Amino acid sequence: MADHSHGATSDGGHGDHGFAHTTPLSLLVGILAVLLVLTILTVSVTSIDLGSQGNLVVAMIIATVKAGLVVTYFMHLRWDRLFHLILFLTSVLFLILFLSMSITDRSEYDRDLEAFRQSQAQGK
Amino acid sequence: MTSPSTTADVVAPKTGSGSDNYLVHDKGFLSWALTLDHKRIGIMYLGSVLAAFALGGLFALILRTELLSPGRTIIDHDTYNQMFTLHGAIMVFLVIIPGIPAALGNIALPLQLGAKDVAFPRLNLASYYLWLLGACCMLTSLIMNAADTGWTFYAPYSTTTETAVAPAAMGAFILGFSSIFTGLNFIVTIHKLRPPGMGWFRLPLFIWALYSTALIQVLATPVIGITLLMLTVERLLHIGIFDPALGGDPVLFQHFFWFYSHPAVYIMVVPGFGVIGDLIPVFSRKRIFGYKFIAVSSLAIAFLGFLVWGHHMFVSGQSTLAGSIFSAITFLIAIPTAIKVFNWISTMYKGQIHLDTPMLYALAFLWVFTIGGLTGVFLAVMSVDIHLHDTYFVVAHFHYVMMGGAITALLGGIHYWWPKAFGRMYDEKQGRFGALLVFVGLNVTFFPQFIMGSRGMPRRYYNYLPEFQDLHRLSTIGAYMLGLGFLMTAFYLIRSLKSGRPAPANPWGSRTLEWTIPSPPPYYNFHHAPTVTRGPYDDYEGLVYDEKIGGYVEKAPTA
Amino acid sequence: MSEPTPQAEPVSEGSAPPPAAKADGGHAGNGHAHADEHHGHSEHPFLAHHFDTPQQQFEAGKLGIWLFLLTEVLFFAGLFCAYTVYRAMRPEVFVYAHYFLDTRLGAVNTCVLLLSSLTAAWAVRNAQLRQHKMLMTNIIITIACACTFMVVKYFEYSHKAHDGLLWGPNFAPKEQVWELPGFKKKHPEAAEYAEKLAHAAKEAEKAPPAAAPAPAAHGTKPAENHEPAAKPTLEQVEPLLAAGLIGEKAENPTGVSRPRNAHVFFSIYFFMTGLHGLHVLIGIGIWIWLLFKARRGVFGPNYFGPIDYAALYWHLVDLIWIYLFPLLYLIH
Repeated sequence: MADHSHGATSDGGHGDHGFAHTTPLSLLVGILAVLLVLTILTVSVTSIDLGSQGNLVVAMIIATVKAGLVVTYFMHLRWDRLFHLILFLTSVLFLILFLSMSITDRSEYDRDLEAFRQSQAQGK
Repeated sequence: MTSPSTTADVVAPKTGSGSDNYLVHDKGFLSWALTLDHKRIGIMYLGSVLAAFALGGLFALILRTELLSPGRTIIDHDTYNQMFTLHGAIMVFLVIIPGIPAALGNIALPLQLGAKDVAFPRLNLASYYLWLLGACCMLTSLIMNAADTGWTFYAPYSTTTETAVAPAAMGAFILGFSSIFTGLNFIVTIHKLRPPGMGWFRLPLFIWALYSTALIQVLATPVIGITLLMLTVERLLHIGIFDPALGGDPVLFQHFFWFYSHPAVYIMVVPGFGVIGDLIPVFSRKRIFGYKFIAVSSLAIAFLGFLVWGHHMFVSGQSTLAGSIFSAITFLIAIPTAIKVFNWISTMYKGQIHLDTPMLYALAFLWVFTIGGLTGVFLAVMSVDIHLHDTYFVVAHFHYVMMGGAITALLGGIHYWWPKAFGRMYDEKQGRFGALLVFVGLNVTFFPQFIMGSRGMPRRYYNYLPEFQDLHRLSTIGAYMLGLGFLMTAFYLIRSLKSGRPAPANPWGSRTLEWTIPSPPPYYNFHHAPTVTRGPYDDYEGLVYDEKIGGYVEKAPTA
Repeated sequence: MSEPTPQAEPVSEGSAPPPAAKADGGHAGNGHAHADEHHGHSEHPFLAHHFDTPQQQFEAGKLGIWLFLLTEVLFFAGLFCAYTVYRAMRPEVFVYAHYFLDTRLGAVNTCVLLLSSLTAAWAVRNAQLRQHKMLMTNIIITIACACTFMVVKYFEYSHKAHDGLLWGPNFAPKEQVWELPGFKKKHPEAAEYAEKLAHAAKEAEKAPPAAAPAPAAHGTKPAENHEPAAKPTLEQVEPLLAAGLIGEKAENPTGVSRPRNAHVFFSIYFFMTGLHGLHVLIGIGIWIWLLFKARRGVFGPNYFGPIDYAALYWHLVDLIWIYLFPLLYLIH
């Protein structure tokens, strides 16, 4: 569903506009500014102690916001076919599936590993 | 409704090879080596894959010969380990995964879409060369000191063994890229190069199957890529991800490995489903039953296939929680698979069955794959798997589905599209005999293995208790039958290239688009993409067999 | 010779970069009247023979590159999985390791890549609008940013090698973590306590075995040799515990050392950043190739696919770094 936005296509160009949708330059620069601010934010947040998991969660949230901006605007998904967005989200979904099953399993059998290690250490 | 639905470009089918067909259009080694024509690339793949199949099969025969008696028969135990490793790696990575998509898919997919080529012809050629490169890498392992880890490369043995694991692993890594690019190419081709009038639900079922397979290829293969890369780096640099002696986690390796390798078995078999889906309606002269269900079930199998990898790991140290989840979801996969089988059988019901060679393979598939698939459900039950894991039961199960499923379908598809690709008919009698020999050989080889396995014969074992000897011997006899069947098949197929009867455009009376152009096709396939106004399995009554050309033509419209 | 057909294809790693499309006007004399298609093909020198319109070709390429990016996400997924599993199971290794890393260099690299993402996206716009000079400028800046990234990375890597912070069995840090200025600043009391413990352990080695203290069974408060055992405070012990320097997660439960399997962090670090760096290098190669194409002024509103696809690849490289940076450098 290539949504061709108006008014931003042929500035400075020639008569033909083809089938391309051009992203407005001001938008691109604005997004970069936001990304840089978010980077500064994510670095400075580390000096605040939010507990063992808190910092990680905050960092991941900020990273995801940055990623979202890159994907939506720089990678043009905002104006692109829905199917491409579905593809991208699918890959992320499968990544999450992979990670979550692996970590669930590992955390379950880790208890057995620790118990084994303890008994080894004591046995010596 | 007997008027042809394609455009005026579809003329009366020409017999024999025209001077303009793709096989003779350009001559010389370079015209093949640098070809961008999907049909030529498909032929090259076909030859290469079958050569790899012969090599893997040779190793299988050596293994089976060794197993004629306990203890040493012809090779020693280390060589035995290397042999089953290479047999598995070659068959999985060089033959069955590329098999139907790269060979048959490349030849038939654009033709079934009325397209001039796949979306990215150069990428297609690159896929082929990557296959060659991956094959060379694997052969390097064979020449050096062949890996002996089993094709599953489990850590920590694979990270510490002295054998040449790295070339084998990197070979598989390169082959992974070949697979990814083929899948990528097919997805874009199916999305973008369909002809006017061919909506999604007018696609041949072969294409639905290739599409689902391609989705798996694209999503799953990168994971084996990174896994093999991590394995190789671990071997070379001892980073300590998988080897517990270095702080690593070997069960994690299995999770990584099987996250790809389970969907991989669907890469192997789903294209087979697609071939069967195209064969059965044609040779039953009847529209496929439940088209939409079969089409969507391919997607369902592809999706569900990603959720069950842990059923290979029930005894690995995986937690019971994870095991239960994987076991439960594995049962679900039986559903879309069964839908397919029932729909195919329903298609045949009250049809006009023609027992040509492709159909014999399709029928063999139904029988053998059903056995293989059902035994998979046995293995899905955790409590049963504990006894059957790593026994010959598992070996029998996957050979039934891979040999009986994928290879049988590959052979059926080869026999089906052979006249189109080469413009020659093979000897039908020999074809039927070969199919029979393969079918019988298959069952004689692998059915005893179910029995052996359930009685406790472990897999990958060089030595065994005398009580298993009779079953092993029977299995070996079957293996030789199989080998003979394949040799015979190769023989008459190759002979047909020289002396086979020239093939008409539509020897089987199929309604998919590739049969509307001459056999072999011109290099450009179609002048214009034909406009499609009906489904791929509609209106067989509109075709009539013409004795003169030995093929089907449109029935003349009654005045 | 097979037909030379100009094609626009997604640039993909793992295969040789496709040769530059030739402007030979479509088919090389096949003798068929293709009517409007033939006319259309000569009008669009970069339109491949099997596509009907430039838009169809572009959209095919776009779908192709998105599929490729999908594979890249899944490719890195394995490494992110390994990271997640190890960090969840052995958090002390990660706490320990982060003291050795320089956040500033990581932040610089992040900003550099973000800037290059802008210039890449801008370059797509330039190509669409036939702004050839700006297109080349933006490509050059993108390449420059990428090279800067690699140079900074080079400094980081050589710094680490110099400090003995390598993967696997090569992990042999020259400095103890409690001697690092970063650790000292954050946890001064813990640093002091750790030094005392280390000193005591050294003395114990020199002293005759009879005088050596019994190994601590529970590990949180190892006995000291020469002074009466002063109870350590929470500020002293907690950071050391969190970093696996003492206690049951430590390599040496009786003294102060480093966490068991501390090298795993650096193995993961080098693998992830190394693989990412490899992708940056490949990206540089692609941009250089496109720079040469851009010089010939071939891009326009009907043919800008290669720039678009390369930019998408580049954005993904940036995306991966957006996640790598906090995961590796901003561990708290």
